[in-house]
Amino acid sequence: MTLHQSFVPATPDPSMAGIIKLACLAVGGQGGGVLTGWIETVARANGYVCQATSVAGVAQRTGATVYYVEMAPASARPPIFSLAPAAGDVDIMISAELMEAGRSIMRGFVTPDRTVLITSTHRALAVSEKMEPGDGIANGAEVLAAADIAARRVITADFDALAIAKGSVISASLFGALAGSGALPFAREAFEAAIRSGGKGIEGSLRAFAAGYEAAQGATVAPEKPAVKAPIAPKGPAKLMAEWARLSARAAALPDSAAEMALLGLKKVVDFQDLAYGADYLTRVEAVLAKDTPAKGHALTREAAKYIANAMCYDDVIRVADLKTRAHRFDRIRAEMGVKDKHVLQLTEFMHPRAEEIAGMLPAKLGAKVEASPAWMARLDRWFNKGRRLRTDGLRAYLMLYVLGGLKSRRRGTLRHKQERAHMDRWLAVADSYLAQNYDLAVEILKCRRLVKGYSDTHARGLSKFDKVLAGIALIAQRDDAADWARRLREAALKDEEGKALDGALATIRSFA
Amino acid sequence: MAERSFKAEVEDLRLGAGETFTGEGILALTKALLENGVGYVGGYQGAPISHLMDVLADAEDLLGELGVRFEANANEAAAAAMLAASVHYPIRGAVTFKGSVGVNVASDALANLASSGVTGGALIIVGEDYGEGSSIMQERSHPFAMKSQFWLLDPRPSLPTIVKAVGDGFALSEASNTPVMLMVRIRSCHVTGSFQTRDNVRPSLTVRDALSNPRSDFARVVLPPMSFAHEQDKVKNRWPAAERFILENSLNERFGPADAPVGIVVQGGMFNAVIRALQRMGLADIYGDSQIPIYVLNVTYPLVSSEFLEFCQGKEQVLVVEEGQPEFIETQLGSFLYRAGSSVKLHGKGVLPMAGEYTGQVMLDGITAFLKQAAPAMLAAVVRAPNEDKPQIPDLSKTVPIRPPGFCTGCPERPIFAAMKLVEKELGKHQIAADIGCHLFASLPPFEIGGATMGYGLGPAANAAFDGGGERRPVAIIGDGGFWHNGLSSSFTNMAFNKSDGVAIIVDNYYSAATGGQDVMSSRADNASKATKNPISKALNGIGINWVRQIDRTYDVKKMRDTIREALTTDAPGPHVIVASSECMLNKQRREKPLRAAAIKEGRRVEAPRFGVDEDVCTGDHACIRLSGCPSLSLKRLDDPLRDDPVASIDQSCVGCGNCGEVADAAVLCPSFYRADVVHNPGKWEAKWAAFSARAIGWLQARRAAKRLEFGA
Repeated sequence: MTLHQSFVPATPDPSMAGIIKLACLAVGGQGGGVLTGWIETVARANGYVCQATSVAGVAQRTGATVYYVEMAPASARPPIFSLAPAAGDVDIMISAELMEAGRSIMRGFVTPDRTVLITSTHRALAVSEKMEPGDGIANGAEVLAAADIAARRVITADFDALAIAKGSVISASLFGALAGSGALPFAREAFEAAIRSGGKGIEGSLRAFAAGYEAAQGATVAPEKPAVKAPIAPKGPAKLMAEWARLSARAAALPDSAAEMALLGLKKVVDFQDLAYGADYLTRVEAVLAKDTPAKGHALTREAAKYIANAMCYDDVIRVADLKTRAHRFDRIRAEMGVKDKHVLQLTEFMHPRAEEIAGMLPAKLGAKVEASPAWMARLDRWFNKGRRLRTDGLRAYLMLYVLGGLKSRRRGTLRHKQERAHMDRWLAVADSYLAQNYDLAVEILKCRRLVKGYSDTHARGLSKFDKVLAGIALIAQRDDAADWARRLREAALKDEEGKALDGALATIRSFA
Repeated sequence: MAERSFKAEVEDLRLGAGETFTGEGILALTKALLENGVGYVGGYQGAPISHLMDVLADAEDLLGELGVRFEANANEAAAAAMLAASVHYPIRGAVTFKGSVGVNVASDALANLASSGVTGGALIIVGEDYGEGSSIMQERSHPFAMKSQFWLLDPRPSLPTIVKAVGDGFALSEASNTPVMLMVRIRSCHVTGSFQTRDNVRPSLTVRDALSNPRSDFARVVLPPMSFAHEQDKVKNRWPAAERFILENSLNERFGPADAPVGIVVQGGMFNAVIRALQRMGLADIYGDSQIPIYVLNVTYPLVSSEFLEFCQGKEQVLVVEEGQPEFIETQLGSFLYRAGSSVKLHGKGVLPMAGEYTGQVMLDGITAFLKQAAPAMLAAVVRAPNEDKPQIPDLSKTVPIRPPGFCTGCPERPIFAAMKLVEKELGKHQIAADIGCHLFASLPPFEIGGATMGYGLGPAANAAFDGGGERRPVAIIGDGGFWHNGLSSSFTNMAFNKSDGVAIIVDNYYSAATGGQDVMSSRADNASKATKNPISKALNGIGINWVRQIDRTYDVKKMRDTIREALTTDAPGPHVIVASSECMLNKQRREKPLRAAAIKEGRRVEAPRFGVDEDVCTGDHACIRLSGCPSLSLKRLDDPLRDDPVASIDQSCVGCGNCGEVADAAVLCPSFYRADVVHNPGKWEAKWAAFSARAIGWLQARRAAKRLEFGA
């Protein structure tokens, strides 16, 4: 065996610190390529050698993609650069979306000893988040909290909104943030020169760049939502306003935690129907309050105020027609679509009424007869059941919806109203039946109203899930942890469309019920 | 027209001797081909070398000037077969496609080519689609070289070394009468950097000239007894010639000190990753000067025993860094050592993982593990006994959602699969086979349609076992790219010949879209040098398939749904084929956006459609999203304590394709969607009438508002 006594490691070369490593995680289509191109340009124009790599392929079709740049001061010999970012070895991490920042942390590209993390706080939701029937949106706060621990420095702003406000795209505002962060040894003008050397949209890019730069320097803090909400102040005839004042005072007189919700609920039901309907609503909420326990913080009243309002404002044809014909809707659309006076706005609605909706609008007795008759239902389907595209910028279609929306005065007599009322009564009775033995369970029953939503098939599925959950709860209502199970069942019902998670949870319940 | 244009960049391909080129790997490769007097080029697109095909297509003028023939081949087999021109003629040829799948397709031609041997240099540039960003099964192209006896280059990943490898490859090919495969990895294709250019060189013999002086030699034909002679020629003459050339021209490189107890052998393509790990351990400097001897295999097949054994001289332990599995190189090197009676201990798979990409962390861990065993004195104290106090970073794996690729905003394939999902809701789940292409995204949520893919153009063939029929018909999906690549023969003649009862849906989006929007036979574009506008349905009729339904607007979800239902239920004998045609939205927007902007500027009437959601009508059940998955159709949390669930919301990126409205109608979802068409430069009467309508509507609105409480927006 040969001995190599003299073979001892040399001390690490201090010039190794000379390589700056920058990674960028983006969603396909966000312009990560443009951003890396600018970074290369600014580096090369300022005496650095630079290498960029990206992964070409299907990930660019809306998937998560990574871009990677290394640079070092130019010298006689070319440095050896790596082609991919390595965990624990990234100086600057730019992420063009909040969850991508989370992904960069998970992949180890953000470390406390060195990484400056620049991330946009906006969300481009993944399909898995969007398709849940409930609320599947990932928790952004967790990512931001992790970023604070993982990064040496964190720079956050809604760089997407900043860019859009300047008529540009996020690559430009992120480039500005990179410049503003001071993480690269180049002056602001050098960055701007890189943008100018590019092809198109230079002015917009420079504006977004400036916004990003200032955000990174802490000059502009994204305006927080005002903590104090504007009070609900309707406009209308004096007589109605006086009645509104009386009703809103009644709502405000409820216990603190319920009053806010009741005011919103009151607004919703009055907007849905009329002031008398509002009075009806308050009576129901007050009836719940009479049985409530102050020791529990009036949770029951609060949830009742919320869900009774939702139950009373069911989605019938009249409501949809009314909402679609209001003036402020037209204003909102014109603003959203950027319609100016020189433009003409054409507006197409997509309606597809079925026999059920038509029967629901009929007077209760007649409607019930029609609904019970397959022949009549088939006839109604033949007449009405087809997709209708209504041009509500035109008088004909607008008038039709306007008239439908005006049928409010007849609403209380319709079949649909009767059905909705019966459903609500049943639901409230179930909650009431548990109240004496298990307060928390009664609150959970009220919350189950969340399951009823959507139109046509989706609505039917919601109702059947609601029934299933209530039936499941009945099985375990005697247990001490019944409220907890009720919550679990409801959450399971909101996980997927077919109710697989719910069926699984119900199977579990049956195994011990 | 391809998705990305290189018209500006190809001007750099004209740079002459002593100038500096700065840009991407694929452009450097093209420039190198021209500098080395290539006579013909071709290939088939696919990541990561799609853009190389785009560069060649955009450089067609320059290629023409130099007398170089460019062919956009029908598939990889066709591309490899084109290299036959180098069998008899001293013309350099190069083709490109992706590995390993492209090599699979090309392997018949490659095997024949390797048997015949070549006179002119034949170069196959393979973009090895392995590791992060890959879209295919994880395999290696390496063993194709071993089985057919052609040579494999895997140069260090920087522009000068890649450019040099092109020249070396041609010369090696000619010196050994053997085709050479040049492998570039995913990131090398798009790595940027600089190199010194040389003048472009015209081929000494052009393919045109060759046609004037045809040659043949039956000794080159793969038929017995010549085929037996070819095998002997490979091992007795071509292989030794290749080894000689590799040694004499020092194609493989050595770095670091000559004398050390340990060493590292590395594939050229992995060199920078090894250096980075050594840099991080303090064992190499920024310029790659290593304290550990490194033997770089820029040629990974054949391996040269003498050179390797010489490197091992005086060393006790050697590490082989070889990405992918199985470990062909390590096994061969171990065999060299054993035959030489060497006592050098070989490490490789073991300290490094058998499978998967060698990322920075894997490389750092692997080399650290090797040195811990082989030369612990070399490791800095912190590495030997790490005692760091790292902060605990919260686990985000439950928080961060996966983000697989999916259909783009406005994609014409979305309504096809929405319709399919609606049909399955009616008729039940079906046996569905998919092909290769964007449509494969439908196998992911929210559609989850299709359970297998057997390769490009093989979707309907993958259902062949079910051709005999049953209670429910099997369904196969294939794109227009797959149809022309190989599908017409392998899938559709297979269906027709076997009188299949099945259904095939051809997604015709006017391009080979997934690979970057290259033209195919049925593209609607005008293409000066390619034959486009050949309808797929005509080809189907030509092979005797008569139940063909042509749909010219896939966004008509109801028609799409009814047609699929008809295909699944009709009594007519099969095969039943639906051609669903609408232009790839990515390409359409790229084409139409500038035209639309110009038209608006010129004062012409333009309708700009976009969809919206009435958030007070939407109940937040997200049924629409489960039939869409469109990036522009997202969710929004309302600032309303009465509402629990976020509602649907459409952002500015909406292109107004119509899917939302169509699906809401066909699936009877809800009335929340509306389409807003903003009319730019409306006509005089149109504007007047619109103003009148708006006034009338405003009057009606004011009338109702006066009678009730208005809460505002």
